[in-house]
Amino acid sequence: MTRFSKLGQYGIFLAFALICLVLALSTPKFFTVSNLLIIGNQVSINALLAFGVTFVIITGGIDLSLGSMVAVTGVAAASFAHPDTYPLVVPLLVGLGAGSAMGAFNGLVITKSKVPPFIVTLGTMTIGRGLALILSKGRPVSNLSDSFNFIGGGSVAGIPFPIIILLIAFAVCSIVLNKTILGRYMYAVGGNEPAARASGIRVSRVKMWVYTICGLLSALGGILLTSRITTGQPNAGAGFELDAIAAAIIGGTSTSGGTGTMTGTFIGALLIGVISNSLDLLNVTSYYQQVVMGVIIIGAVVLDGVGKKD
Amino acid sequence: MSDYILRVKEISKSFSGVQALDNIHFDLKKGEVHALMGENGAGKSTFMKILIGLVSPDSGEVLLEGENLVGSNVHQTLKKGISMIHQEILIIPELTVAQNIFLGREREVSGKSGMLSGWLNDAGINQRAATLLDRMGVSIAPKTKMRHLSVAQMQMVEIAKAISNNAKVIIMDEPTSAISDKEVATLFQIIRDLQAQGVSIIYISHKMDEIFRISDTITVLRDGKYMGTRAARDLDHNALIAMMVGREIDQMFPEATRPVGQEILSVHNLGKAGKFSNISFNVKSGEILGLAGLMGAGRTEIARAIFGLDGWDEGEISIKKAPLRARTPREAIERGVGYVSEDRKGLGFIPRMSVKDNITLSSINSHRKGGFIDTHSEQSAAEKMIADLKIKTAGAGQHVTYLSGGNQQKVVIGKVLLASPEIIILDEPTRGVDVGAKFEIYKLIRSLADQGMAIIMISSELPEILGLSDRILVLSKGKQTALLSKAEATQELIMRHAVA
Repeated sequence: MTRFSKLGQYGIFLAFALICLVLALSTPKFFTVSNLLIIGNQVSINALLAFGVTFVIITGGIDLSLGSMVAVTGVAAASFAHPDTYPLVVPLLVGLGAGSAMGAFNGLVITKSKVPPFIVTLGTMTIGRGLALILSKGRPVSNLSDSFNFIGGGSVAGIPFPIIILLIAFAVCSIVLNKTILGRYMYAVGGNEPAARASGIRVSRVKMWVYTICGLLSALGGILLTSRITTGQPNAGAGFELDAIAAAIIGGTSTSGGTGTMTGTFIGALLIGVISNSLDLLNVTSYYQQVVMGVIIIGAVVLDGVGKKD
Repeated sequence: MSDYILRVKEISKSFSGVQALDNIHFDLKKGEVHALMGENGAGKSTFMKILIGLVSPDSGEVLLEGENLVGSNVHQTLKKGISMIHQEILIIPELTVAQNIFLGREREVSGKSGMLSGWLNDAGINQRAATLLDRMGVSIAPKTKMRHLSVAQMQMVEIAKAISNNAKVIIMDEPTSAISDKEVATLFQIIRDLQAQGVSIIYISHKMDEIFRISDTITVLRDGKYMGTRAARDLDHNALIAMMVGREIDQMFPEATRPVGQEILSVHNLGKAGKFSNISFNVKSGEILGLAGLMGAGRTEIARAIFGLDGWDEGEISIKKAPLRARTPREAIERGVGYVSEDRKGLGFIPRMSVKDNITLSSINSHRKGGFIDTHSEQSAAEKMIADLKIKTAGAGQHVTYLSGGNQQKVVIGKVLLASPEIIILDEPTRGVDVGAKFEIYKLIRSLADQGMAIIMISSELPEILGLSDRILVLSKGKQTALLSKAEATQELIMRHAVA
């Protein structure tokens, strides 16, 4: 292996460490506990979605309906989260159930129809947005219970609750990907689908799982967002899918399938969060932030491509 | 000496500490056909990649007419006159023959200059392609889309492309691996013509008789080392094999050491529209059944049906008297069927996964601890199989992409074996595999049968079918034309039934 390929492997970690170092030196506000907690809180939703889409991309698929699933699950959960109606567990189960169902629907259509995931999830992205508007009758669903609002807004021992959810989700997703047979099969399906099938792997089942998991994690993101803004917004989450995919790609997940890690995706999401946070601290307007972000996405893949030559 | 067009001196190359090539010499005369021989992993591919500028050597020189090419990229070596016809033909199926031949050089043939050179001149390239193909004596219309061509025709187009590039040296990597005997004859005629025009050919093949038919000179590599160069007429089969493997192989096909046992697989009146019909046979424990026939006879299709990759329309397949129902690879594997496909890259392994992950892929469920993978037992199963099959790899964690063809094949066989099959279907198990490794595979197949497995072996090489099979099923155009015993089978008899 050449020096470059090692750089490609660890490039994202190095880049992340380097950027953090530069920021810590250039603005004293960056490396403070409160600012780091703010960043963690800000990246939590994107990171959850990115974990979900990482599974999907590893199998060689894509999911564009994440943002719409965030809206549907947020509105659905909010509808059951008004004060003094149902216990907290009901809106949670409704939201997570709706997300899983939508993910499973994606998986079902993709495996049964053989239509490319890009097209199917482009369709369900629009369907989902419509469903969110139908469910909410086009209006925000507000007046939510305190216990529901704690999920996205509360803290435990000074640590924002979303960060705790994020860390648990990261641990679970890493374990699923690295330690379970399902995880191994995801790499196999994305790496060479016909060979995976000829090895006795039920490819459709693996795909059903990844899209369902992706829906479930989107629902978790939707609940966090709804709780944080204390409203179920039918227009919420638009464009979230692109940030999530960006985090996965920056983290080294190849869109052609078969490679990727949860740690990489996590760093990718953190990198996006750190950069927008620091550009805020440095008073760079949001217009420039978008340009910077785009450059980073392409740069990450270029670096990755350099690593894969040879 | 000036009659050498290409002189390669003291080329060495190592990858991650493994010495792939060690001080290689290679001299190519103008207008000669020079065969490069060696087992898989001998370093032929790396050597070729260095010649065409895809890999740069750690040391040494590649002199084309005195000019050192080391440091040139693929594009530059091509311009200077080295073309390669790859084993897996690189074409764009949706473009026409002419468009493929002149791909990347549209500007040169556009017939216009300056800004206008960006306009395509399809009429011009069609005409030039027609002249070119005509001169080769090949009847392919330049306007045909590539995807309508046979493999042999695609190869001719590739050669035409090389000629149009004014190639002085053409490298052919296993050019006959997927074409018929008649097409081979055409190919050889074209090679002779090229030779007469002063073009030099570097010819790579595992087929011994071809090597002796076509080549003037033979250079042998073994384990990345230069073993010598000889005039072809000074060598015979055995001497060449000895040079390649470093020992003489006296008995190529091991004999059975135990009688056949009970019936494992039975196929009854199997049919699939347009592919095959009325196929009935059985295979017993300890038996090797050879499936012979020409390309397109339906052999692979039957294998795919048994393994559940494709469905079938009528008839029944039973494993130990119980019929297969789900018709999926998973069911087949669970019922004890293993399949080693002829399409190693497509169906065999996952390139981006490690040797370990590939080799345990079909049997990972037996390393389950709760919902998790028991990494210790998985690792030791993989390492045992790597040792048993003598797979040459830097370690169990090495990606399969970095292995040689023969070792990739062993990884696939290892995967099948770890799923504890009772019947194994081997489809062209020695295709693209060299003599030494072939012998190892034959030994392995026989020892599996001796352990009580039932074996179905599909092969296009008659000596292999005759040498190894206990019984031979001959197919022709999707129909079963003969079931021969080892005693009665001869090459002529098999061929007669294969064309019936």
